[in-house]
Amino acid sequence: MIRENSDVILSVQDLVAEVEGTEILKGVTLKVRAGEIHTVMGLNGSGKSTFSKVLAGHPDYTVTGGTITYRGQDLLELEPEDRARAGIFLAFQYPLEIPGVSNLDFLRVAYNARQAHHGHEELDAFDFDELVRDKLDVVKMDASFLGRSVNEGFSGGEKKRNEILQMALLEPTLAILDETDSGLDIDALKIVAEGVNQLATPDNAMLVITHYQRLLNYVVPDYVHVMAGGRIVRTGGKELALELEERGYEWLSDVAEATAR
Amino acid sequence: MTTPVISTESGVVLSVAAQRAAGLQRLLEVVRSPRSTLPQLDALRQQAADQVMQQQFPTTRDEEWRFTDMSPLLTLALHAPPEQPILALDAIAPWVLSDAPVRLVFVDGAYAPSLSVVENLPASVTVGALSDLPQADDWVAQIAQQPDRDELFTALNTAGMTDVAVVSVPRNIAVATPIHLLFIVTGQQTLATTPRCLVIAESGSAVTVVEEFASLSQAAQFTNSVTEVSVDENAQVSHIRVQQENDATIHMGKTVVSQGRDARYIGHVVSLGGAIARHNLHIHQTGEQTDTQLNSLTYLAGQQLGDLHSAIALNHPHGRTNQLHKTVVGDRAHAVFNGKVFVPQPAQHTDAAQLNRNLLLSPKARVDTKPQLEIVADNVKCTHGATVGQLQADEVFYLQSRGIDAASARRLLVYAFACEVLEQIPVESLRQRLVQSISQAVA
Repeated sequence: MIRENSDVILSVQDLVAEVEGTEILKGVTLKVRAGEIHTVMGLNGSGKSTFSKVLAGHPDYTVTGGTITYRGQDLLELEPEDRARAGIFLAFQYPLEIPGVSNLDFLRVAYNARQAHHGHEELDAFDFDELVRDKLDVVKMDASFLGRSVNEGFSGGEKKRNEILQMALLEPTLAILDETDSGLDIDALKIVAEGVNQLATPDNAMLVITHYQRLLNYVVPDYVHVMAGGRIVRTGGKELALELEERGYEWLSDVAEATAR
Repeated sequence: MTTPVISTESGVVLSVAAQRAAGLQRLLEVVRSPRSTLPQLDALRQQAADQVMQQQFPTTRDEEWRFTDMSPLLTLALHAPPEQPILALDAIAPWVLSDAPVRLVFVDGAYAPSLSVVENLPASVTVGALSDLPQADDWVAQIAQQPDRDELFTALNTAGMTDVAVVSVPRNIAVATPIHLLFIVTGQQTLATTPRCLVIAESGSAVTVVEEFASLSQAAQFTNSVTEVSVDENAQVSHIRVQQENDATIHMGKTVVSQGRDARYIGHVVSLGGAIARHNLHIHQTGEQTDTQLNSLTYLAGQQLGDLHSAIALNHPHGRTNQLHKTVVGDRAHAVFNGKVFVPQPAQHTDAAQLNRNLLLSPKARVDTKPQLEIVADNVKCTHGATVGQLQADEVFYLQSRGIDAASARRLLVYAFACEVLEQIPVESLRQRLVQSISQAVA
């Protein structure tokens, strides 16, 4: 939902970032306001996944230029855990398996880290159990998932639903979904999309990174950005996604090369 | 295998070999100096002493000892345990297991009846110190009957044993509660102790035994233990071995298990202590369709060395074995694993799996791992794997991205890695205590 005067949640200006000496992001500029859903699309290697990891603070990526301001604060000064506590959530493209840690314990530790950061009361195992059971409905997950090790032995769809469950619990201000739709069958995709739609409020914002237009049949974006060659080369409304579906990305890659010169 | 060549090498080699021989002689004398109140053991002791003196003290040139240098043992100023100190129950309270009410406690190598509890057992079940049991002769006849009894440290134990912890369960009896065997060393001096256990599960019986080694002081010790386990036809033994001695101690441990037809042995081994801690774990299959589960964790820090040498010798069809050995190695510590599995021609339809996973927490930490499967039988399923790794940056980042700080994230991951082994320990109070130990260690 676009509202002219809503708060700016994220402002990215001329962001340049590299991994192991290779420059991947070459000047990304983007502004996200409260209530908005933004989609970033692009081919593999266009830099869209790197962009999500830089926002969350992955240590492998080095920012060499530009600024990221999150709710008026310099995001680059914050450690990944502090970004998370301040309300940034990254749903991973490939969620990690953590054998030996139960999903329930993991969710509780993460929830309580955020509670402590905000000076709120931490929940004990009993109260947390009640809270998490309410949230299970968001992603139509069975309670038996809570007793299993984090993501261990989960199918691809179950891992992605588990990411959305974490998002439901942590109630982020800025949710970044990194190809959450990739590799999902249509039923799992619907569940994930419905989860995302339920969690969208006028006070938060979402950055949905995707390779496929398909997700946008279920999650309707306010803005569609196309990345190519480490830049956002075009921004439009949801109709841009449809145009991409018809015409492919090549014509935009040409635009990117032209602007790089 | 290297044999020291005395004639052609320099005099230095000769003198080192001579020093080792003299050191072994001294070691044998110290170990044998405590008198046993059981004359029935004399013949076994003497025979074993002779076996010891026919052997050479191992060096790192011996393949079996390549990464584990035992020579510091020869420089320890060892003493035989003096008169047994009188301990109050409070002193051993940290080790008391609420769900293992039957226990035998040995303090500085000697049986401590006032700390032990032997009650509420089925009348036919024997749990006790040999020195305290009627008809000791019957039990003596079953001691030192397992293969590999002439191996140096095993023979050294037999040569010096003064008493034996005996657990024997007759046919078709299942013992409901775990039996706890606790060997605790109090010494301010550098003591040599010789713990010895005999576990017999007759056909169709079932028992859980916790064998535990602990220190009350920080003084260096030498513990040289041997445990013989006999699992008869269709019986089940669940055996948890915990070594948590102080970090100055040299610990030699031997577990030797014989499994009859359809017998099940579940071994859990947790090794946390010792400056040098070596555990030889040998399984011998004496009938078909045995099931062997080995589940072990070695957690090392500082300058510790922890070595597990396991050997599973199959010799009959339809055996199943599943082994998981994990190590967590920090600081400058060093973990060693050698896992032998022998599958000769008669052992058709064997299903054997072995996995060794090592987690290095520091750049100076070291792991030497050697899975060693010797397979002759042609219709078998045998798998093995060994991994050595550090905590992955991606794993830490995943937890950080959920608001967990980096240090806590690392702790959680190490803890989770170790707990995969601990989770399987079937004695709740012991499992909780070990989980506590690990979470303190990773803090």
